[in-house]
Amino acid sequence: MSYLMNTGEIQQTIRMIDQQHLDVRTITLGVSLLDCGGEDMKTCAGRVYDRICYRARDLVRTGEAIERELGIPVVNKRVSVTPIALVGGSCPEDSCVPLAEAMDRAAAEVGVNFIGGFSALVQKGCTRGDRRLIASIPEALAVTERVCSSVNIGSTRAGINMDAVGEMGRVIKRTAELTAHRDGLGCSKLVVFCNAVEDNPFMAGAFHGVGEPECVVNVGVSGPGVVYQALQECRGEPFDVVAETIKKTAFKVTRMGQLVAREASRRLGVPFGIVDLSLAPTPAVGDSVARILEAMGLEVCGTHGTTAALALLNDAVKKGGVMASGHVGGLSGAFIPVSEDEGMIAAAREGTLCLDKLEAMTCVCSVGLDMIAVPGDTPAETLSAILADEAAIGMINNKTTAVRLIPAPGKTVGDTVEIGGLFGEAPVMPVHRASAASFIARGGRIPAPMHSLRN
Amino acid sequence: MKAIVSVFARDARGIIAYIATLLAEQDINVLDISQTLMQEYFTMIMLVDLTACPMSFDALAAFLKEKGQERGLAVNIQRQDIFDAMHRI
Repeated sequence: MSYLMNTGEIQQTIRMIDQQHLDVRTITLGVSLLDCGGEDMKTCAGRVYDRICYRARDLVRTGEAIERELGIPVVNKRVSVTPIALVGGSCPEDSCVPLAEAMDRAAAEVGVNFIGGFSALVQKGCTRGDRRLIASIPEALAVTERVCSSVNIGSTRAGINMDAVGEMGRVIKRTAELTAHRDGLGCSKLVVFCNAVEDNPFMAGAFHGVGEPECVVNVGVSGPGVVYQALQECRGEPFDVVAETIKKTAFKVTRMGQLVAREASRRLGVPFGIVDLSLAPTPAVGDSVARILEAMGLEVCGTHGTTAALALLNDAVKKGGVMASGHVGGLSGAFIPVSEDEGMIAAAREGTLCLDKLEAMTCVCSVGLDMIAVPGDTPAETLSAILADEAAIGMINNKTTAVRLIPAPGKTVGDTVEIGGLFGEAPVMPVHRASAASFIARGGRIPAPMHSLRN
Repeated sequence: MKAIVSVFARDARGIIAYIATLLAEQDINVLDISQTLMQEYFTMIMLVDLTACPMSFDALAAFLKEKGQERGLAVNIQRQDIFDAMHRI
């Protein structure tokens, strides 16, 4: 087939990459560790280390080669593994920290900046292995650099495990205390899910689900800056035009993700899993989801109208992306992490964006209350109550919700938590002071909703 | 393999000749070329065929970048696939 060079299209692509922060956010290699259990922790940790190093040995090199040839930045190369609670369950020892250390060493060895899967799935109840893993989280996140942890405490099918919700409030507090010298950095690597997905390529919530193959390539795209720029060209137009513009942009962004995923899969000799159609912001100016919502006509993100704007954005991104990729999965939607989004930081700092509004926004976008700093003296029960509210939204609406809270030790409303790098900085946001302690103390399970009975 | 070479620079005499010579020396065939001038900025886009090029893609990219810099030109090369993927169904 003869190829007609269309310079307008070529220049548009080059502009998207050079000026509008278009990138592939992550190539994440999912690695099964299901057969890495052992009779003791030392054996198990050795197998975990060896398996990750073997499977991911070419990941970074391959990602960099694709980056150079296609001229598109692949910002992160990462690894996700089987929830470690399932791997370490066979060992008699109480602490799972040696497994986190093995993951950390392996991640360093293969050159990835994060590895996800220090995780437990406890939506209906905890096994012995789950309990030990959850108890090990604060120390594991304090002694490792690259390990990310997640716990699924609810689902539409199972309801919400309120005992686990109560426990996770305490785990978040303890994690913040053990990393107090770094403003509670450990909490930025800990996600509490409802309806967690098994093929999410994005950290900190990535893990390799039990229904996944031995090894798989998942790709997460990005592109808030490109969507923002496209919206600059339809000022004053009705929402039909806005939605159509976002769809077209999302299509282009996702096609690029699909190309990268296919190349990575072929070169690594590993099956392609999914492309995650998420708009993932970074703290860089021009790479913000909040600024997209403002470009739709809101003075500041968080004011009235924000939820509707986000609903349109989230839906249009999916509609545009879904035809561009053979398999769409993961979280697929707009992310609204406060500390990682320059516009969200500004809106929170000036007081328009508050926790309650963010909670409403999570009803219509892909994740949840993400990267939010709260006062260091927030009681564990209040953190648990926030987790429960968010899980309820996920359970009832049949969607994933995730919470990443940072109760920054010694900090209060008006202070800023400096996390650094892609994690950015978070202004400490106020929480309601009235207690939910008696509510959380009840424990037990919130039953699955009526619409869980779909058979 | 086909690729897109893009060149951005302040306008000067001989840019097209300079780049075309570099490509010819590496047995690279130019299939299409387009150049525009916006104010004093020169933009050139070339579609090239790398089939006969003896260099690896990485080495070629580094070579073009370095040779471009010697003359104050920003020269990039990307596989054509990315443009195809993004704009063709």
